[in-house]
Parts: sequence; structure tokens; C-alpha cells
Amino acid sequence: MSDSPAAVEQQGQHGPELLHHFTSVQQQRDAASLGMWLFLGTEIMFFGGMFLAYLIYRLWYFNEFAAGSRSLDITLGTVNTIVLICSSLTVALGVRAAQMGKRKLLIVLLLLTLIFGLAFLGIKGVEWYAKYKEHHIPGASFDVSDLIRDYPQIHIDPAHAQIYFSLYFAMTGLHALHMIIGVGLFTYLLYHAAKGRYGPEYYTPIEMGGLYWHFVDVVWIYLFPLLYLIDRKPLG
Amino acid sequence: MSEHILSSKMYYGIWIALMILTVVTARVAFIDLGPFNTVVALVIATCKALLVVLFFMHVKYASEKLVKMVIVASIFWLLLLLLLSLADYGTRYVRHA
Repeated sequence: MSDSPAAVEQQGQHGPELLHHFTSVQQQRDAASLGMWLFLGTEIMFFGGMFLAYLIYRLWYFNEFAAGSRSLDITLGTVNTIVLICSSLTVALGVRAAQMGKRKLLIVLLLLTLIFGLAFLGIKGVEWYAKYKEHHIPGASFDVSDLIRDYPQIHIDPAHAQIYFSLYFAMTGLHALHMIIGVGLFTYLLYHAAKGRYGPEYYTPIEMGGLYWHFVDVVWIYLFPLLYLIDRKPLG
Repeated sequence: MSEHILSSKMYYGIWIALMILTVVTARVAFIDLGPFNTVVALVIATCKALLVVLFFMHVKYASEKLVKMVIVASIFWLLLLLLLSLADYGTRYVRHA
């Protein structure tokens, strides 16, 4: 708060664990976590708009959403959910390792997180490629005649099905973009963890990176049932 | 955020619960519960989200009231967006079949 002479004098001795414009380590940590949560608040609104668009169109065009949802690979979707949950565990344990000053464990856990994150993106890529082959990507070559053939019980308007797949790609695409940013973030954290920058007295970046990672996980926790599990029950 | 260090057993417990809920939600989707399929899927998703936010994100142990206020306000704003909009679109007469 104040630029007291003593604070300015000490400036040179302070590392990143206490920057000179903070009065205490606790205050610096609280400031970081408040800022991070405010950012996550904007992220909630950002994804919230997409969820709202999804909900309204699902209300209107339920048949097409149900058929589109059935065309997704539920096995890959479930595996990907499990992969993300495992990555959240390694992140949570990583923050704990940093808090306890276990550097090697922290490095291993950050590496595992990166592997899980990349595995998620790889599986997502496989799913998108399958959609590309099936001509389910909205655009000039969009074609859902396969769905119309497979689900004669459901009335499917291709234009409405295109809305489902547009939302599918927009939502999973934005989520994947967040995953890519997360992988970059954790590569940065891994690099500095390997240099021994984090320990019990300074682990705020690990904690804040962890909050971001968990948030992206929470978004997927809602995307999975909303996109994959709309209507899986046997057709009458 | 908090200097409170949780035991690793706690984290493994939360992880197992999240895995079980994931498998349950994927399985239940194939059982015909009528309109309750969606309700069950969303309730399970919310349970999972709560586990992640409260324990993995340490919100249960957060000491700063300001942070908690930001979280509650964010969720409140999100619910305003979703519920008020759906109260409109969900009650219109026009059906887009």
C-alpha cells in the first residue's frame, strides 16, 4: 500500500514471493487469487452465452439435437472426460507438492498433467476427424442423410441439424482452445518448476494455473452430458 | 489462496467419486427415464462441478470473503442469463418443430 522508506529499501531483497508494492505475502496471494477468480468470472459469462444459445436451440429443435448427439462417439467422450478428471487430480496434487516443497514430485505431476492435456486434445482431434469424414461439419458439404436413414423414427431437418453441429464445434472448439492455452501455461510452469522457482514460500503461479485448469475441466463436465447424452435411450 | 494443505487421500477420494459419477452418467443415459434423463445428467454434472470447485479449487477452504463473493456473483449472473432467457423462450407459443 504505502511506499514507506523501509519497504523501498527492502525491494532489492525481495523475490517474486513478495513484490515491493505488496505489504505482505498473504496480501500478494489474496490479490492474485481475487484477480484469477474475476478472470474466471468473465470466462463463466463467455461460456454462458454459448450454453444459452445451446439451450434455446435445443428447446426448439430437440429432434435434430437428439439425433446429432447420438452420432457422437460416447466411448471417446467418456474416455476424454476421465482423462480430464485425471489431469485435474494431477494438478491438485501438484499444487500440494509445491506447497510442501516437493520439487521432483511437482515436476512429475506437471508432466503428467501435460500428457493428459495432450491426450485429451488428441482424442478430440480423432472425434473431429470422424465428423469430417461423415460430412457433419457445417458448411457446403454438410450432409446428414446418414442420420435421416439411421433414425427413421425421428423427424430430422438438415438445417436444424446443422445448428446442433455448429454449436458442437463452437463449444468443443472453444473448450479445446482453452486446453491448448492450458498446455502452454503448464509448459511454462514446468520450465520454471524445473529451475526450482516454486516452493512452500512461493507457489502462487502453480495455484493460479491450477484454478484455470480446473475451470476448463468444469466446463467439460457440463459439455459432456449436454452434447453427448441428450437422448441415448432406446428409440421406441 | 489458503495455506491449508489437504491430505492426498482426500484428493484421491474426490477423484474416485468423479470417476464413478462419470461412468454412472454415461450408463444412466441409456435407461429410459422420460424427461428425467436430462435432470439426472445435469444433477450429476453439478455434483461433479461442485466437487472440483470446492475441493480441487480449494473454495471450501478459501478464507477471503471477497473471493467467495466474486464466485457467488458470477454464478448468480450466469443464472440470471440462463433462467430469464429460458423463461422467455421456453414459454412462447410458437413451436418450431
